[in-house]
Amino acid sequence: MEEQTAPRQDRQAWMGLLAKAGQGQAAQLLDAAVTRPAFTWLRPPELGSVMVRGRASGTGAPFNLGEMTVTRCALRLDCGTVGHAYIQGRNKADAEAAAITDALMQTEQASAVREQVLNPLEQARSAAKGSRAAKAAATKVDFFTLVRGDD
Amino acid sequence: MQVETLGGGFSDPALQSAAAFRGVMEAMARPGTLQSVRGATPPAPLSAAAGAVLLTLCDTETPLHLTQGFDTPDLRSWIAFHTGAPIVGPSHCQFALGHWDDLMPLSNYQVGTSEYPDRSATLIVEMPDLKQSGATLKGPGIKSQASLSLPCITPFQNNAALFPLGVDFIFTCGETLAALPRTTEVF
Amino acid sequence: MYVAVKGGEQAIENAHTWLAEERRGDVTVPELSVAQIREQMALAVNRVMAEGSLFDPDLAALAIKQSRGDLIEAIFLIRAYRTTLPRFGVSAPIDTETMACDRRISATFKDVPGGQILGPTFDYTHRLIDFKLAADGEVDAVPERPADHTTMPRVADFLNREGLIEEAPQVDTEPRDLTREPLEMPADRALRLQALARADEGFTLSLAYSTQRGYARNHAFVGELRIGTVDVQMDIPELGFAIDIGEITVTECESVNQFTGSKTEPPQFTRGYGLVFGQTERKAISMALVDRAMRWEELGEDNVGAPVQDAEFVLYHADNIQATGFLEHIKLPHYVDFQSELELVRKLRRDVHRAQSQEAAE
Repeated sequence: MEEQTAPRQDRQAWMGLLAKAGQGQAAQLLDAAVTRPAFTWLRPPELGSVMVRGRASGTGAPFNLGEMTVTRCALRLDCGTVGHAYIQGRNKADAEAAAITDALMQTEQASAVREQVLNPLEQARSAAKGSRAAKAAATKVDFFTLVRGDD
Repeated sequence: MQVETLGGGFSDPALQSAAAFRGVMEAMARPGTLQSVRGATPPAPLSAAAGAVLLTLCDTETPLHLTQGFDTPDLRSWIAFHTGAPIVGPSHCQFALGHWDDLMPLSNYQVGTSEYPDRSATLIVEMPDLKQSGATLKGPGIKSQASLSLPCITPFQNNAALFPLGVDFIFTCGETLAALPRTTEVF
Repeated sequence: MYVAVKGGEQAIENAHTWLAEERRGDVTVPELSVAQIREQMALAVNRVMAEGSLFDPDLAALAIKQSRGDLIEAIFLIRAYRTTLPRFGVSAPIDTETMACDRRISATFKDVPGGQILGPTFDYTHRLIDFKLAADGEVDAVPERPADHTTMPRVADFLNREGLIEEAPQVDTEPRDLTREPLEMPADRALRLQALARADEGFTLSLAYSTQRGYARNHAFVGELRIGTVDVQMDIPELGFAIDIGEITVTECESVNQFTGSKTEPPQFTRGYGLVFGQTERKAISMALVDRAMRWEELGEDNVGAPVQDAEFVLYHADNIQATGFLEHIKLPHYVDFQSELELVRKLRRDVHRAQSQEAAE
């Protein structure tokens, strides 16, 4: 099973990172890092949707909130390794790059791909999130008391 | 091996699923006719025709019941990758797959409600062979009468008596399929 | 009654060509790009995603461009597109407690852990037209401050500690889905929330306002309002585990309402809930109020006959695509219907006239 060559949590993390990467980012980093390996499609990229659920009052019974667009594909490298991708939005080229990255992460090229594709994606993501969080923090209200009625 | 179960789908999904859908529709519309359905190469013991039916009609929103003999790890993986259909027990399924004896009794399955008769199960019955001889069929889609090598007669008569409720049947063997909707009378 | 007639093909084609030209407007003015709409008309994009019930900012921006800014037309386009997509599955319920908040305020507690975070809000602006924007779009550098990365607990949890607010215990019933089966009454809360999440903002706002003015009196406080991003996670059957398949922006509002108690429940606070795609604050607050008002039956309150308490009325009229479809169809040819009405009115007038002349003769 694939889980033996790549621990599940690690794979969950990189697949999630690829799913949330900005348009064209993974493809660009991948092409800068490696020559794309030959592969055959197990499932060519297809556009679809996922029904997103929420919970009443945040914690109660689930309900259907609405859908989001998702692109998925699966491919097999010539060495037999299988790569899957489920990414947000409608972009077949990005799904292909994500699936190739997922496959390569299960091969000897894993450390190079991690260093040159996943790490930069992670950094870009945490920088963007950090910047938003810092801007939000600057709009945090500091209350101070004008008059305290001690009399 | 997971890799094996990731193959065997339609190589040209748009055209092949349309052709397979046409085959199932023709078979349902003209009970007793044999239709040829190709394009799927599922893991054993599933026939090519039953494989094509699953690829065409099943998705994540159509719970599927696998009877013993068909509930194998390979087949589960193949179905998961190609259709995403959840595997469930007979009482909640929209499709059930297996040999006739293992699928029985019919009372296991949903027959729909008077408001929504379509909320019923469709049984995909894998057959040792499939011929236009045997039981006599009459009803909508049949000019005078037709014949089909059904495994028995009484359950189909009981099912037809439930109309507009009831289950529907698709019979598969190799690359051939036939169908028996609940509207058909069987003698 | 419908009768097929032919004709008008050329007129229709010419109308569409002219529509395209009008959509473009004065060609000496630069054309809008989809990215410009997505970035600079973001709240319109959010409304189209929420009511179109499909999270995809680029697609919503394109729909706004195609519809010349008619948001209901854009929502219609999104709904139509949505139906063409195969559905890969259903996500795990999003966890809004882990939201990366751009904004998080409470009108009930000043000192909530995590603080009052205003975010990029219109509140406290003077609602004066800013003529500077007509000249240039330069923006100042935005101040930043180190953020503490603790998750923000729900405000409702504080009241919960004293047992003063109804609990919302986790249950895992499979919710019904409006997009898969027709709306049937009675609608449970899950179905009502789905309908409200995609309901017309104006209709929802007006209903919520009616509850504030006394129709199904419900004095609501915004216990908590938060806007930010959450991860969306889904089980992938072929992998046998769940992954994040994306990240969406949502607005969540929890209203807190006083409740004097019923035969089964002690006096306490009750809750209304709003959750909407995108930064859609007005809609989320409205949704929470309407949700709360529609819960009268389960909470053992009186039906005072207010419109908002009538779930059937609310849910059957909240969808602007259904509403506009039925409304606008009456401008399409009804020549034969009308002809029959014309005949009828003429006949009635003849009858009246005849009766009058007879009376006069007698």
